[in-house]
Amino acid sequence: MDSIRQGGLALLQRIERFFDAFFGAAGNPWRHLGALGFHFLWIALATGIYLFIVLDTGIEDVHTSIEYYTHEQWWLGGILRSLHRYSADGLVLVMLLHLLREFLYGRFHSFRWYSWITGVPTIWLVYASGIGGYWLVWDQLGLFSAVASAEWFDWLPIFSTPATRNFLPGVLTDRFFSLLVFLHIGIPLTLMLALWVHIQRISQADVFPSRALALGTFVMLLVLAFVKPTVSHGKADLSVVPEVLHIDWYYLFIHPLMYLTSPAGLWLVAGGATLLLLALPLLPHRKQEPIAVVNPPNCNGCRRCFVDCPYGAIAMLPHPDKPGHELARVLPDLCASCGICAGACPSSTPFRSVEQLVTGIDMPQQPIGALRQDMERRIAALTGPVKIAVFGCECAAGAGAVEDQGTAVMNLMCTGLLPPSFVEYALRGGADGVLVTGCREGSCAYRFGTQWTEQRLAGKREPHLRPGVPAERLRIAWADRHEMSDLKAALDDFRENLKNLDADEKRLRPYTPRRTVKNG
Amino acid sequence: MVSKSPTNPLVIAAQALFYGLFAVIIAIFSTWPEYAHLEEDRSLIKLSFSYHGEPVGECRERSPEELAKLAPNMRVAKVCPRERSPIRVRIDLDGQPLFEGSAPPAGLSKDGASTLYRRFEVPAGEHLVSVKMNDNVRIADFNLVREEKVTLKPAQIMVIDVRKDQGGIFFE
Repeated sequence: MDSIRQGGLALLQRIERFFDAFFGAAGNPWRHLGALGFHFLWIALATGIYLFIVLDTGIEDVHTSIEYYTHEQWWLGGILRSLHRYSADGLVLVMLLHLLREFLYGRFHSFRWYSWITGVPTIWLVYASGIGGYWLVWDQLGLFSAVASAEWFDWLPIFSTPATRNFLPGVLTDRFFSLLVFLHIGIPLTLMLALWVHIQRISQADVFPSRALALGTFVMLLVLAFVKPTVSHGKADLSVVPEVLHIDWYYLFIHPLMYLTSPAGLWLVAGGATLLLLALPLLPHRKQEPIAVVNPPNCNGCRRCFVDCPYGAIAMLPHPDKPGHELARVLPDLCASCGICAGACPSSTPFRSVEQLVTGIDMPQQPIGALRQDMERRIAALTGPVKIAVFGCECAAGAGAVEDQGTAVMNLMCTGLLPPSFVEYALRGGADGVLVTGCREGSCAYRFGTQWTEQRLAGKREPHLRPGVPAERLRIAWADRHEMSDLKAALDDFRENLKNLDADEKRLRPYTPRRTVKNG
Repeated sequence: MVSKSPTNPLVIAAQALFYGLFAVIIAIFSTWPEYAHLEEDRSLIKLSFSYHGEPVGECRERSPEELAKLAPNMRVAKVCPRERSPIRVRIDLDGQPLFEGSAPPAGLSKDGASTLYRRFEVPAGEHLVSVKMNDNVRIADFNLVREEKVTLKPAQIMVIDVRKDQGGIFFE
């Protein structure tokens, strides 16, 4: 299964990269499917409020009422109805793509189990919300969907009287219809609650797409509403089977599937798919790396790790010994072992003179002190005419493959672990240039590794790279796992550029470390 | 390399194209392909009832000894079994068996209503529909019977139900 997933991921990343060229990472719909889902949900909720206010919800009146707003008041009621319908369809589409994308990226186990598991009930709630909406129209399609749903649920031994008996002539009343209205409001509200739970373990959740993407998709729906307005079927008639139905396959595909198989067959498909999704986190997977560790003597309570942690895994607590100060504390259940906190810590600067560099918050499997030693050793061993230090990412294109006599590669757990001062340290320690690589924005296994690194190196986020570092000697080249050739090409181009620089041109003054034994 | 500037005409055109494609995908599967639930010239017969069968045994009078053993407020002379009979059903269409089954009473004490829902797709046209039911285990034969010639139009739904206040089995 893993090879299929990797193949699918490579294809998806090619698509994402293609769209990056036209939308940019921030506006690329493929990289913000979850946010787009929220966006469509907001549109459906907003338009639904208007429809709820103006529609007559009696069983005899609702169809007439909807017909009036669709045809007579098409310029407002009709457009809002179409927006309501198409945004709901869009929600299903992006939700399923979001599910597929997270699966292909392998985001369903370890620390991510919570988001994955809590996402599964939202699928049921989205479908329950949408299907219930079709019943409210109370046209032939709504009646067909209501009867088919009732027949499906009647297979379960939960009703003393079959639900289908509600749809026999003379049985249905306005009270039942009021229940449907209540459900069509209650279930979407439950959906919002479920989505709130779904994003609880991630900080700065991507629930609002960029302005360009939000505007683009809204205009798209609006144009669609004008070009192909949503219309109803004929009024529901309990005595006949509608001959032809224009089914909304995003939601109502389950009904033909049930009649093609059986109610039991549909339960098998729906229940089996749900159980499979719930069981995915239990499948064998790579064990999670050790989590971050705080070193109190080196933590000054600056809160940068707290702000930068993509999973809200750091809490700031009152310092036990220094009144008025705070101390970072790692929440083990939430920590993703990404190391972005270590990259955010101001104590991670390699210019500190201590022999044993210990930072305020560190990763046991790749401590900052060991990274400094490794970098010094590798740069000192370079013999090529142009010496380049490469900071790579284990989740992205394998930087280890570009190592040679003139290229020292330091592979990080995540590029976000890189304190920007390491770039300056490498340049002042003998490297002619530094290349930073990692996953493309939106592909980062730990959400913000790419974004934070880019902002830190651009001086827009703390800790920032000092402005004195010459831009000509720093190259950023994002490349996903399958984009090895892109990384090699970027490195070759960077090397050529460095060759064209004079030996002392744009070069920082060398730095000779003066080490002391004492720490802190 | 494409310039990502939002004013680049190529970027604008490409974005419009992709948004248009997105809209087309949403629109197409929103109503297409059409679905015909029932083949042409077919009708639907639904058997649906929720009906209490008769008690499985006769009511009887308690003996004076039995009454004496009961608390004073519980001394009701007549006692009837709670359990209800299952409903046996047989439907013949034009002399051919269409369905035969039984609906057990609901509840742990089997004292609830028997419910059943089945749907049968049949050719439209004139049919002789014969429905027989038994709601009493103490009677061997079918004690509720209705036989009628019906004409079903294409796509018409006919419901077979049974209610005491409707005089037993009825077609709707």
